[in-house]
Amino acid sequence: MNQPFFETLANRRLFLNRAGMGLGAAVLGNLAANHAAASPAANGLVKRDELPHFAPRAKRVIFLFMAGAPSQLDLFDYKPGLAEKFKQQLPAEVSGGQRVTAMTRGRTQLVQPTKFKFSQQGQNGIWMSELLPHLSTVVDEICQIRSMHTDAINHDPGKTLVCTGSEIPGKPSLGAWLSYGLGSMNRNLPDFIVLNSAVWSGDKRNVQALYKRLWGTGFLPSRHQGVMLQSSGDPVLFLSNPKGVDRKTRSRMLDLATRLNQKHAAEIGDPEIQTTIAQQEMAFRMQASVPELTDLGRESKKTLELYGPEVTRTGTFARNCLLARRMVERDVRYIQVYHRGWDHHANLPPKMKGQCYDIDQPAAALIKDLKQRDLLKDTLVVFGGEFGRTVYCQGNPTREDYGRDHHPRCFTAWMAGGGIRGGMVHGQTDPYSYNIVDKDGRITTRFEDDAVHVRDLNATILHQLGIDHNRMTFPFQGLDQRMTGVKEAHVVKKILA
Amino acid sequence: MFLPFNSRIIHCGAACLLVWLTGAGFSVPLAADEAVDFNRDIRPLLSDRCFKCHGPDAEAREAELRFDQVSGKQSPFFQRGGTAVIVPGDLEKSTLWERLITEDPDLRMPPPDSKKPPLNKAEKELFKKWIQGGARFDAHWSFVTPQRSEPVDHPDARWNGGEIDRLVGARLQQEKLSPQPRADRRTLLRRLSLDLVGLPPTPAEIRQFLEDREPGAYKRQVDRLLARRGYGEHMARYWLDLVRFADTNGIHHDHFREVTPYRDWVIDSFNQNLRFDKFIEYQIAGDLFPKPTTEQLVASGFNRLHLVIDRGTALPEESFHRNVVDRVTAFGTVFLGLTVQCAQCHEHKYDPISQKDFYGLYAFFNNIDAAPETPGRNRHAPFLAVPTPDQVAEIEKETRQISTLETRIAKLEQKQKQAAPKPLDKKTQENDPAAAGKLPAVPEELETVRKELATARKRLEAIRKAAPTTLIMKERKQVRETRIRIRGVYDQLGEKVERQTPGFLPPLQQRGEVPDRMDLARWVTDPGNPLTARVAVNRIWQQFFGVGLVKTSEDFGAQGERPSHVDLLDNLSLRFVESGWNVKQLVREMVLSETYRQSSVATPAAFQADIENRLLARGSRFRLDAETIRDQILLVSGQLNREMYGRSVKPPQPPNLWKSVSMVSSSTYAFKADTGDKIRRRSLYSFWKRAMPPPQMTLFDAPTRESCIARRERTNTPLQALVLMNEEQYFAAAKQLAITVMRNLADDRKRIDHLYESLTAQLPDDNERMLLLKGLNDLKESYRSNATLRDEVTAGLQLGQLPGEEVAAYTLLINSLFNLDITKTRN
Repeated sequence: MNQPFFETLANRRLFLNRAGMGLGAAVLGNLAANHAAASPAANGLVKRDELPHFAPRAKRVIFLFMAGAPSQLDLFDYKPGLAEKFKQQLPAEVSGGQRVTAMTRGRTQLVQPTKFKFSQQGQNGIWMSELLPHLSTVVDEICQIRSMHTDAINHDPGKTLVCTGSEIPGKPSLGAWLSYGLGSMNRNLPDFIVLNSAVWSGDKRNVQALYKRLWGTGFLPSRHQGVMLQSSGDPVLFLSNPKGVDRKTRSRMLDLATRLNQKHAAEIGDPEIQTTIAQQEMAFRMQASVPELTDLGRESKKTLELYGPEVTRTGTFARNCLLARRMVERDVRYIQVYHRGWDHHANLPPKMKGQCYDIDQPAAALIKDLKQRDLLKDTLVVFGGEFGRTVYCQGNPTREDYGRDHHPRCFTAWMAGGGIRGGMVHGQTDPYSYNIVDKDGRITTRFEDDAVHVRDLNATILHQLGIDHNRMTFPFQGLDQRMTGVKEAHVVKKILA
Repeated sequence: MFLPFNSRIIHCGAACLLVWLTGAGFSVPLAADEAVDFNRDIRPLLSDRCFKCHGPDAEAREAELRFDQVSGKQSPFFQRGGTAVIVPGDLEKSTLWERLITEDPDLRMPPPDSKKPPLNKAEKELFKKWIQGGARFDAHWSFVTPQRSEPVDHPDARWNGGEIDRLVGARLQQEKLSPQPRADRRTLLRRLSLDLVGLPPTPAEIRQFLEDREPGAYKRQVDRLLARRGYGEHMARYWLDLVRFADTNGIHHDHFREVTPYRDWVIDSFNQNLRFDKFIEYQIAGDLFPKPTTEQLVASGFNRLHLVIDRGTALPEESFHRNVVDRVTAFGTVFLGLTVQCAQCHEHKYDPISQKDFYGLYAFFNNIDAAPETPGRNRHAPFLAVPTPDQVAEIEKETRQISTLETRIAKLEQKQKQAAPKPLDKKTQENDPAAAGKLPAVPEELETVRKELATARKRLEAIRKAAPTTLIMKERKQVRETRIRIRGVYDQLGEKVERQTPGFLPPLQQRGEVPDRMDLARWVTDPGNPLTARVAVNRIWQQFFGVGLVKTSEDFGAQGERPSHVDLLDNLSLRFVESGWNVKQLVREMVLSETYRQSSVATPAAFQADIENRLLARGSRFRLDAETIRDQILLVSGQLNREMYGRSVKPPQPPNLWKSVSMVSSSTYAFKADTGDKIRRRSLYSFWKRAMPPPQMTLFDAPTRESCIARRERTNTPLQALVLMNEEQYFAAAKQLAITVMRNLADDRKRIDHLYESLTAQLPDDNERMLLLKGLNDLKESYRSNATLRDEVTAGLQLGQLPGEEVAAYTLLINSLFNLDITKTRN
């Protein structure tokens, strides 16, 4: 009868069987009531009443963030005409007073074609680079947006804009908004998990930093922040018991704490104490659920092969993609996978090859794997960096070796699943992949002409989750703050299935 | 001077001011016969639903109508074609009313596409009563000078002592609530210690306090704590959040930078009870004193605490602009509680701050004599070396030594000169160059002393180099021209702007031809400034009561929350200024009040009715900050290193956290924990990398220090439970404490009492003691039956005669105590 109840909790069925018996059961009864009533908002399970605003097409999102900004010119945005323009001065009417970084300011801008071959793929003959053979096999699931644009020309503000809707630090990240707005779909794992690839093949020296704010909560309650899974040590910080504490000892220790906490809750009257008890219970459950999540032992050989040879190494993008799929299965709402090393100011071709080796097969595998498990239909996969790269070369151009600077005016992102139309391309750029152009080839940044600002991408992600970006707000500093900021944002309806 | 609604203020004078002063505070439903109060009831609605299109921002303004002014062609009272938007006293003639109640979506205000919710029934009722009652506008409460109010007597004599109690008590009576009795002395002592020095009382201190049965014991305890050095450390922590103090630059490489002397200055300022107006002046303009002291220069580093990028990728002009905007934003938040930054791209939507006002402030802060970007890892001039007291002593010693040596050398040289033969004549020299070298040999002594001197100089140089440096402010001689940035874009230059302060606040008094930051600092600390003292007092109140009288302690503007007790905030602010901006006196008054000393126990219904305890019908109860949780564990386990000041330290953290986010070439790429006693300093000395601050801190809601934070969130998450269960240093502390308590006390009962008392300041009651003893025995049993686990817990410990399974069991028992809600909470 004196079964420590945390031990009991470790087995849900046992818990149900024993409810109604002894002190442990009394405690549990209170716990259950607490989830329902006493301090419901505190455990983060609760969504805003008004959400979702309409029926969602996606329940979960996996954002594959290519930090450092990959070159659209070498991966997606095929410009065959550039080959014969090698080393020619970029026409002034194309560059037109564009703000450039301190690295290439005042230098001549010489056209640099890609050295990589492109070919048409899928039912609709969409151009893809030879660097992406695996993604080429799933183009029919993918919608490429070649008309992305942003305000930032440097990594830090650029990434902050993509992840939080503002270049200025201090705003909540998209995953935090979702956790706040939609609540949690599961009780054993966080709503928002961040996976950072600890190894990559591209640029090792010049790798751009990440910041906690990219998965932070800004002014939203901090319980909505992304939980970063570590690639070494504990996957969730402080998850493992110290040496000499096993699950049974831990349950005894927590049982003691809970009995005392319960007594104090009755005496003091503060519902916050119930929340503490509930969160300790969740922590105890996470000690089991997280190792189960990160243990790939039960994945079939076939699945592991799908993700490629790197899947067995911890901290690789391949492994993280497989983990993301496992999280999706467990109803984690928002998963952000970072892959760094895309900032190719010099020696772009070899670095790009390495980076694509890292990401191509796993990203394609993720789509295939989700599809075969019937999860792609309500899981949105997004792929992109913080901006694009310039058509002109940085450094001394040769056909074989070159670098490219930051370029905010146009870049490519893609989406798949979650109610997005596959096998399509949205938007177009001029023959230099320098400006977004309308159907008549005129330079544009208008949404009506299919230009897609980062804000629009975020509004579209929210839309697929059943959220009107204008209506999900939080009052702070006198404003009704929204994820997409104060400027107008649009849902890219043309790409919805 | 432009004052919104000024005409009405002048007309109605003191009488109408009295109305808002006695206003009941935050939203409580109106009784049927109660008058509508403009500031409480109407202004928030106008601000939230109407100002966006009918407010201060001319660009966004629709229909040439603004509700933020009461005179002029755009005011709601202006006659337009025989009617007016508001006709005081006449509902039917007021088109506002018609537009509020119409069912026609094309006419209804706010319009559906404004994304603003329509008025509900109660809100419409407020407007109705307000228009019928004369539609009086009063100035926004925080933009006019505080007014003193005479508190009424409270029937309970105990609540009649000070102003705080009388005003809080009056409000409670109004709400038909009665206060809680005083908390018991143990609770009170723990509350007081945690609030004043950020550490719990030791059992010995508890004993001392309980034994002091003389009247005034509590007061004496307050004064003892206020005199402790930990007071300054604890107070500094809040300030460091507010000014976003950190050890890295926060952008791009996120390189290390040193500003710790600023942190130490803040600690000293609180401990020495530096007048708060001076505290402000030194920070805004310490560098502009005629002969600034080291302290004043160090304090001026406030202007350098913003995020800053290292050279090479961004555009310097853009970086420059970002730095200034960040500086002005901090100035607004920290000293005025205003969101001035909202006006960097356009007129402020809610407060009367124009874009020109923003750039008028910008002009005070853009004249820094410094590069806009840091030279890589190197120090970013201007900076100042600030040797520690030890280093100062060493420098003095070396300087004395050098001067002694120099004297000796001079004497020796003199001697040598006298001893030297007469110089050879020129001719001989020319004929026989070798003869020129035939001076007498330098005496050996002189050679030795010269060597000594060189070594001493090298030593001095080394000490100087080792001294911490700190970033400081420095004004350029020639004043930079300032232009409005159109839409806030750094290179879209608009109209030229002179240095100026917002027009709705009292005018700036300038000393010279061009006003400078010193004038600005004095404008902030002028007793006539309606915001400064209120904002400061409110933040201090928040420290001691959990929530500010104004909950939005970062925003005192139209969109901020109104104070729960306007009269109290005003009285405290006025007396704060009169006291000579005496912080300790203010703190003392707060903690001596009966309001503060109430028990925090209440019925669940009372908690639900006022979850944040805004009415103060009970003592406040809230979770300790991350730093206090850690410091408490270190103190209780006897491990806290009380050394003060100096370079930031790195207690251990899980591996690879920095690497996982940093650029390889960052000076903060690889984290290497400190060793020895350094890792057990108080948490305010922990190294703060903005991209990845210590997780033990951020998981408990410590901010990243990237922006100014006036109040922390207080969440309760499973990740926090994991920290308290498993964090390496916390678990090691539990082991240490287990050994100490077992060595010092003989039986389990005494040990349990001691542990419980150390962590909660309470003695366990019989029931608790029984639970703890039983828990202990269960754990003992676990470890007795599993020697492997036992040995893992006790590995590396000096157990002596102590049985391993008991040490392990006590460790886990203490681990349970760390996880008690009452341990991590200030009751």
